[in-house]
Amino acid sequence: MSFLELRKVSKRYGEGDAEVFAVRDVDLSVEAGELVAVMGPSGSGKSSLLSIAGTLEDPTSGEVFVGGALVSTMSRNEKARLRRRTIGFVFQDFNLLAGLTAAENVSLPLELDGAPAKKARVAAMTALESLDVAERASHYPDQLSGGERQRVAIARAIVGERRLLLADEPSGALDSLNGDAVMRLILSACKRGVSAVVVTHDARLGSWADRVVFIRDGQVVDQTVAPPSPESLLAGPPARR
Amino acid sequence: MSVRHALLALLSDGPKYGLQLRQEFEATTGDVWPLNIGQVYTTLQRLERDGFVESDGSAGEGPQNVFRITPSGDEELNRWLRAPTDMTTPPRNELVIKILSALRVPGVDVQDVVQAHRRYLVELMQQWTRLKEDEADYDLSLALVVDAELFRLDSLARWLDSASGRLDRASAEPPVKSPAPLFRRRVVVRR
Repeated sequence: MSFLELRKVSKRYGEGDAEVFAVRDVDLSVEAGELVAVMGPSGSGKSSLLSIAGTLEDPTSGEVFVGGALVSTMSRNEKARLRRRTIGFVFQDFNLLAGLTAAENVSLPLELDGAPAKKARVAAMTALESLDVAERASHYPDQLSGGERQRVAIARAIVGERRLLLADEPSGALDSLNGDAVMRLILSACKRGVSAVVVTHDARLGSWADRVVFIRDGQVVDQTVAPPSPESLLAGPPARR
Repeated sequence: MSVRHALLALLSDGPKYGLQLRQEFEATTGDVWPLNIGQVYTTLQRLERDGFVESDGSAGEGPQNVFRITPSGDEELNRWLRAPTDMTTPPRNELVIKILSALRVPGVDVQDVVQAHRRYLVELMQQWTRLKEDEADYDLSLALVVDAELFRLDSLARWLDSASGRLDRASAEPPVKSPAPLFRRRVVVRR
C-alpha cells in the first residue's frame, strides 16, 4: 500500500440546490519517497484535498489511509497524534510563531507530543542543520529573511520521524531562486523517504515533482507520465542556420 | 540566435581555432544548442569578409587556421550586446492558433484541448527541471539556459491557465454584444 492513499474521496458543503463539491471522487496515491504536485486554478479544491490528506478535515465520503492506517476509524486524539508524529505541514505564509525562536518553532511539535525539551531541541537542531539554517536557530522570525523563514518552516515540517509532508503554495511570495531552493529541500526530504504533496498553481514549482496531478472543479482530470531522462533534451533541435 | 555574434564573443578573449570555437560555443550554451563545424567555418568566412575577424591564412582553409577578432569586430560585438532584441511584433504561436481554432470546431471541448497542452508543457518543464537539479548548480551557463527555457514554457502554461479561466467565465455569462469599434485594430503577426 502507498504511504498516503485517498480512495474515492469527496467533500461536500451545503444541501440540495446549495450543494457544492469542493472535492469529488478523488483517488490519489503517494508512495514513500515520492513527490507529487497537485496543480489547479484557485478554487479547484487543491487546498481542501490537502486538508483531507492531512486529517485536518474529514471527507464527506471515501477513505484516507496514512501509513496504512484508515483515518476514519481514528478518534480525534489519535488523529491529532498522527498529525504531530507523522505529518508535517508547510504553508504559504510560513505560520511561524513570532514569540519563539527558530529552534523553538521547530521543536514545538515534538514537545507538544511529550518529548523531553532537551531531546526536542537536539532534533530541532538536526532538522535546522539539514536545511543549512542552524546558525539562525536563536533568531526570531522577524529577524530572518523570507527564504530563511521558509527553511525553518520546512524544518518544522520534517522534524523527528515525520513521513508525510504536505505543502500549500510553499514558495509563498519568494523569488524564483528561493522558490527553487524550497522545492530542492522538499525533494531532498523525499530522497530520504518522506512522501510529499505540494499544491500549487505554479508550473515552475510543480515541475520539481515526480508526478503532477491536475485538478479542476474538485476532480482529478489528468496527470503527467514519468518524464524521460533529461538527456533527451540535450540532443537539442537541429542547429539553426 | 546569432552564431556570428556568439563567435565574436568567444574570440574576444583571444585567438582560436575553428574546432575550439565550436567546443566553446557548445559548452557556453550548456550543450543545449549543438553547432556543426561547417556552420562555424562558413560563419567565420563571412566575418572575415566583413572585416570583423582575421586569420593568419597560413593553413589555407584548413582546421589549423587561427582566427582573431579585429577592432571593428570588437565594435560590432559591443553594439550587438546592447542592441535591443526586436520584440515589437508577436511571433506566430501555434499553441495560440490551436486554441483559437478549437473554439470554432463544433463538438470540441476546448478545456480538454487546453489540458492536453498544459500537461505536455509541464512534462517538458519536469525534464528541464531534472537537468537543473542534476547539473545546473555546477554550470552557470547551463543554469541560465535552463531557466530561460523554463520561463518560456511557464509563460505558455500561464497563458493556458488564463485562457481556461476566460473560457469558464465566457460559458458562465451570457455573451455581451460589444459596441462597434471606432476603428479596427490590427495586430500584425510576424511570419
